[in-house]
Amino acid sequence: MTEPTIGEQHADDDLAVQISGLHKAFGAKTVLSGVDLEIRRGEFFALLGPSGTGKTTLLRILAGLEVPDAGTVLAARRRTTVYQEPRLIPARKVLANVTLGLPAAARDPGRRALAEVGLDGYGGAWPATLSGGEAQRVALARALVRDPEVLLLDEPFAALDALTRLQMQELVAELCERHRPAVVLVTHDVDEAVRLADRVAVLREGTLAVDQTIDLPHPRDRNSPSFVDHRRLFLSHLGVVPAASH
Amino acid sequence: MLSAGVRIGVPLLLLIAWWYGSSSGRIPPDVLAAPSSVLGALRELIATGQLTDYLLASAHRAGLGVLVGAGIGLLLGVAAGISALGEELVDPTMQMMRAVPFLALVPLFISWFGVGETFKIVLIAVSAAIPMYTYTYLGVRNVDRKVVEAARGFGLRGHRLALGVIIPSALPNILMAMRICLSVSLTGLIAAEQIGATEGIGYLVTLAQQYFRIDYMVLCILIYAGLGLIFDGAIRLVERLAMPWRRHVVAR
Ligand SMILES: Nc1ncnc2c1ncn2[C@@H]1O[C@H](COP(=O)(O)OP(=O)(O)OP(=O)(O)O)[C@@H](O)[C@H]1O
Ligand SMILES: [Mg+2]
Repeated sequence: MTEPTIGEQHADDDLAVQISGLHKAFGAKTVLSGVDLEIRRGEFFALLGPSGTGKTTLLRILAGLEVPDAGTVLAARRRTTVYQEPRLIPARKVLANVTLGLPAAARDPGRRALAEVGLDGYGGAWPATLSGGEAQRVALARALVRDPEVLLLDEPFAALDALTRLQMQELVAELCERHRPAVVLVTHDVDEAVRLADRVAVLREGTLAVDQTIDLPHPRDRNSPSFVDHRRLFLSHLGVVPAASH
Repeated sequence: MLSAGVRIGVPLLLLIAWWYGSSSGRIPPDVLAAPSSVLGALRELIATGQLTDYLLASAHRAGLGVLVGAGIGLLLGVAAGISALGEELVDPTMQMMRAVPFLALVPLFISWFGVGETFKIVLIAVSAAIPMYTYTYLGVRNVDRKVVEAARGFGLRGHRLALGVIIPSALPNILMAMRICLSVSLTGLIAAEQIGATEGIGYLVTLAQQYFRIDYMVLCILIYAGLGLIFDGAIRLVERLAMPWRRHVVAR
């Protein structure tokens, strides 16, 4: 295999992410075998796929936490991740968590980011006193304050209760609309993907099985015929229900 | 508070039983000195100024020894917990050291350092370094890897990662280690001050034994118990001050 190419996407390039021929194996187990993916700036991209297919691995490669075996990965410089767990440092107050690794001048933007996620005045609280949803919003503020060009979301709503999850989806949609980062949302929830994303793909057996643009106006009604069609398409690629014949 | 009452209940009962047993003659004085004679011994020690001198001498030795030993143990524990190389370099040796009762080092240390202050401080330092290393290492190993990974992703490396994330998260273990260091240092004092000392609370034990003074023997036990209480309280206080985030942790 040829050496992987990892680089930075040029700032005035129209694409925020450019991946081609991406390969990754762990020992004898091949996880990604030839992924091609381009994401435009400001595009909301959702990635579905059965458990263990390598969605997190792809995200970690984009975050620079994992090195691919082969292929080309170009991505805009400012990338930041929100994980399934908030991953806050218990020994630091909320604001310090938000501005982690940033200079002291980031305190005001940090407070503003907290206000944006609806946690105005929570800067002095300890993470242990937050509810699960609040903690996850802090993680979102911690990503936002870095003004990401690429926002990587790895099942950020999966651990939340149904109502909080809906509110968080709303919040993320709103924030992405305002700040326009390119988004990669990894999720198991087909409805969530179709509801939020401009484009949805399914990762299966190491490559992107479908890669479909969702051309529906927001807010999207999950009972509308086209929503239902999309849902059915992705579910069939996930092997859940047979595709309806047209 | 109920818990405070429960806490001191058992020691109080023991004290009453001791006092009653001695004054009623059920406990002969050559088995256990009466509270009054122990109190007399204490007065004597205070009046001659020996108690203060002894406590100061021991505090100096133990303080210096624990400071050096716990400091080294902490550094090695963090190094071994953070880096794979550090672990391979340090851990096997420390695990071997851990198996050696530090009292077995006394003859060797005496032949190296003589019976003076150096020997005493080194002995206490070694006895403190081992538990500090062990618990720090475990604590650092158990810090949530995911949180560390996230912090790395947000640009924290090196000493900022160690001081800002890893050591605070390992602090409960480190303070537990400090507790053990302090009590081990008391054992160290008895061993160290048996030889070549003219003052110190460990020396007091030796004295009591030499002159077969049961009142002094009991007094020594009480002094050690009292010191134990003080250490415990001090560590609790440090826990509250150094880990303010824990005060707010309600069991969720
Ligand atoms: N560091 C690693 N070492 C060895 N195997 C790994 C490692 N990381 C991931 N894998 C393996 O790679 C495969 C893909 O893992 P990954 O976490 O990317 O899956 P996923 O699609 O995110 O799954 P899920 O939907 O359950 O989160 C899994 O089989 C996993 O066991
Ligand atoms: Mg995953």
